[in-house]
Amino acid sequence: MITSESINALISAVTQSVTQFLPETALIVTFIIAILFDIIFKKTKNITAYVSIAGFVITGILLLFQGSYASNSIFSKMLSIDAFGQFFKFIILGSGIFVMLMSLLSKELNDGDRKVGEYYTLIVGMTIGMFIMVSATNLIMIYLALETMSISSYILAGYTKEAKRASEASLKYVIYGATSSAIMIYGMSLLFGLTGSLNLDEINLVIQSGVDLAPLLIAGLMIVVGIGYKISAVPFHFWTPDVYEGAPVTITALLSVASKAAGFALLIRFFRLTFANSSLVADPSWSVLTSIDWKMIIALLSVLSMTVGNLTAIWQTNIKRMLAYSSISHAGFMLMGVVVMNDIGVAAVMMYFFVYIIMNLGAFLIVMFVADKTGSEEIDDYSGLGYRSPFLAVCLSIFLISLAGLPPTAGFTGKLYVFTAVLNSNYVWLAVVGIINSVIGLFYYAKVFRNMFMRNTDTTESKFTVSRAGIALVLLTVIPTVLFGVWWSPIAAWAKHSVAMFLFK
Amino acid sequence: MGGYISSIFGSSILTWITFLPLIGMVAMLFIPSGKDEDKKANTDKIFKWMTVGITFIQLVMAVFIYMNYNNALTGVNVMDKFQFVEKVSWIRASLPLVGNLNIDYFVGIDGLSAPMVLLTALICFCASLASFSIKKSVKGYFLMYLLLDVGMMGVFVSLDFFLFYVFWELMLLPMYFLIGIWGGPRKEYAAIKFFIYTLIGSVFMLLVMIALYFSVGSFNMLDMMNPANYAPDSLLAGLNTTWRYVAFIALFVGFAIKVPIVPFHTWLPDAHVEAPTPISVILAGVLLKMGTYGILRINFAMFPDATLHFQDLLAVLGVVSIIYGALCALGQFKVGKRDLKKMIAYSSVSHMGYVILGMSSLRPEGMVGAVMQMFNHGTITAMLFLIVGVIYERSHKRGLDDFGGLANKMPIFMGITAIAFFGAIGLPGLSGFISESLVFLGAFKAYPIITMFAGLGIILGAGYMLWALQKVFFGKLPDVWSGPWDPTKKLYKHDDVNALELGALIPLAVAVILFGIMPNPLINMMSATLNHLIEFVQTSPALFSSLM
Repeated sequence: MITSESINALISAVTQSVTQFLPETALIVTFIIAILFDIIFKKTKNITAYVSIAGFVITGILLLFQGSYASNSIFSKMLSIDAFGQFFKFIILGSGIFVMLMSLLSKELNDGDRKVGEYYTLIVGMTIGMFIMVSATNLIMIYLALETMSISSYILAGYTKEAKRASEASLKYVIYGATSSAIMIYGMSLLFGLTGSLNLDEINLVIQSGVDLAPLLIAGLMIVVGIGYKISAVPFHFWTPDVYEGAPVTITALLSVASKAAGFALLIRFFRLTFANSSLVADPSWSVLTSIDWKMIIALLSVLSMTVGNLTAIWQTNIKRMLAYSSISHAGFMLMGVVVMNDIGVAAVMMYFFVYIIMNLGAFLIVMFVADKTGSEEIDDYSGLGYRSPFLAVCLSIFLISLAGLPPTAGFTGKLYVFTAVLNSNYVWLAVVGIINSVIGLFYYAKVFRNMFMRNTDTTESKFTVSRAGIALVLLTVIPTVLFGVWWSPIAAWAKHSVAMFLFK
Repeated sequence: MGGYISSIFGSSILTWITFLPLIGMVAMLFIPSGKDEDKKANTDKIFKWMTVGITFIQLVMAVFIYMNYNNALTGVNVMDKFQFVEKVSWIRASLPLVGNLNIDYFVGIDGLSAPMVLLTALICFCASLASFSIKKSVKGYFLMYLLLDVGMMGVFVSLDFFLFYVFWELMLLPMYFLIGIWGGPRKEYAAIKFFIYTLIGSVFMLLVMIALYFSVGSFNMLDMMNPANYAPDSLLAGLNTTWRYVAFIALFVGFAIKVPIVPFHTWLPDAHVEAPTPISVILAGVLLKMGTYGILRINFAMFPDATLHFQDLLAVLGVVSIIYGALCALGQFKVGKRDLKKMIAYSSVSHMGYVILGMSSLRPEGMVGAVMQMFNHGTITAMLFLIVGVIYERSHKRGLDDFGGLANKMPIFMGITAIAFFGAIGLPGLSGFISESLVFLGAFKAYPIITMFAGLGIILGAGYMLWALQKVFFGKLPDVWSGPWDPTKKLYKHDDVNALELGALIPLAVAVILFGIMPNPLINMMSATLNHLIEFVQTSPALFSSLM
């Protein structure tokens, strides 16, 4: 029965929620203004880019204030506002801004008279989806957020539509995406049928009181398929190489970092809220409910992703494809942090993400510059690059070394934390698999810098360099890549603080 | 002079000696390489002399350390017995569950690392003089060279495991590029082989390091040596447990690849043959010693129980390396192969075997002999590779059959070569003799039978060394070389060694003769520490079991 009190309570709850929803609101406003400006100022190229970047900066400021609220749930348990979500939102926002700046310099996108208005608006749209995804605590909300993000990214992947492989990439992405999200929503409906609720905390209570394990296992697996697709974990990775190769470099960069971050945040939050015993307050090592061995399932995904990703990457001749497979193996690496299912694992994943985003964006940035100048993404065409453009070649080497996880680069910091988490839980076999994989990884990364410095050393082809803005962007990634390899106390402190997730207490 | 130096560098001389090349490297980055040929030649000269200058200052600092070193202090696991110690907190990052991840910038030396610091400084200086023959991308070469220098020095002074690991890995990349860019025809293969081999070893070291951290709660190496610090239920707690053996083996393999001990040695001949002369010098002179240094500093001191358990195996591996390395070196006399550089590379495997044999004896003579052999092998083999370099620069050949009678053409060179070759054979009066005989003294008491087999290595060693000397320097000079090396006299005014090459060879030759005649300064420097190490390894397990 609706009484005036209940209406009043609802209104006050909504207004309270709205004040905590400001960053997302800012993004939505940015989205609308960007579209309007695109229509009004048709002549001004890149106007949407400037609007979007400005909007992202404002969002970032609002996001800082969002951190001042105590962890809580808003919009009747639809979303959680907590440090965990805030961390991933910053990661997503940062990579969004970086990719937009990168897009401004991209020749591939700005060639000819292509209209890039929608391009930036779609990135904003995708970001809205990811923001909601990292804080969603309701199955429907999760699904809607995932779709918001996916649909934007399907279009973005095929944005350079005159390129045949871009259209192919986009179509593949849609088909695989549709299939996996269908499987996911099937799993969600099973979970709903089993527990009678869509809110993760209520589902958790029902599971605690005991449910049939078989449908729970099936539902859980189906949801993992959907998320596994987003983070491109083997065996749900088949779209990744084609899409990464076909999409514009900028979008490949965005997909490889931001959508992966959102996927991981969702995976961790889903498992923490649904399957960990919520009756234990502030339990840094989650006690996982039911006898289903989720850890082993994730461990399997992790080992498969690392090994398949790495072994396939060795044979790639296209650098974007190689980086695609390398991103699969990195997803496997980060899954090791999820396997242990405790707070140190989550902190390790966060640390890894922080450095992974910097080094991966940097690598793609240089791939873009080189492709713009030489017109090629083949690894063989990188031979002699060290003598044609020493700055780019040295920076690319630093990023690749960091991706391989060698000190003193940021990649090593991430690796150290993941192994710390894994060994802390005595998963020695998993650590050994991971460590062997990191050696295999070095092998194909080394192929690139071998080509750049050891082949075709007396090349007569013209030297080239990039614009000042380009150099600034490269430095923006290369300096932290080295700095966080030798000193990372602040990120570690931030990651530790951000482990806190709202647990409906 | 010591007063001056200490007033400049204060108490942080180890930081200076480690990071001085890094400062030089950054400075070098900002000097642009000349655009046209003339200017390029000028800037190249600047880079060359800059590196020589930096490594010379390093050498002066090393001598200063040597002069101010207190021989009576032990070190190993006692913090206040280390010298020139610096300890600053570096990374304080807290983690959920495990508490703080505390990493210190912690450096200091004892009788084990001090000779190695001295050796590194000496070899880096000599090799920088030998680097003048580098023509391609001179700037890049010296940047990498200085970075390598930082890594090597850092490994020997670090007392924090994390710091040690960072330096250990830091050295890999410059080495990879130095072999891969400035190397010989099969450089790519040799470079990646070196890289992958060493990396496989070091990643397992990383896992053991993290496991040790969980057991001890700090990355401080000295804490890891104290049995009382191990948390009772941790992975590496206890004594003679399977996990401790596994950790010992994982670490040992990592170091054994670097030494290299047979059967982990196959990267070495490739790397040596392809590397440019100065890099071969550094590889043989310093890098190989890191492996044995790591075994002593980390395996022996942190896993004394496992050390005693695997002691016999270690001795066997040492003897196998001695004999197998010597046989491979002799194999270079087979028709068709005959590469002088490869022969010397294999002789390194053989000579490093003595180090392993000496340390496995766990007796004072053997241990001192082992560490001394590390130093002496560094100087002698560095000389041998420089000698190959001198010949190769002039003729672009280094086959054993390509020469003969060089003694007449290059008499001064012949004299220096004789010191190196006889040093390698172990002729009394030269440094190799002292260390090898000490190794045999120690090893014979501990393992009489297998040490007798090791004696075979000496005979084989004399065989291949003398044979090589005879083939290259005596007999009749082939007609191709009968004229002057360089008829235009642009590069080599005289046929004999030039001043630069002598500058690289003579300091090493002095060390070989000096420590052959009076080895006491070197022995005194290390004996207190090594005695303490032996005592520690033998008593610590008992101490530990009393704690349990």
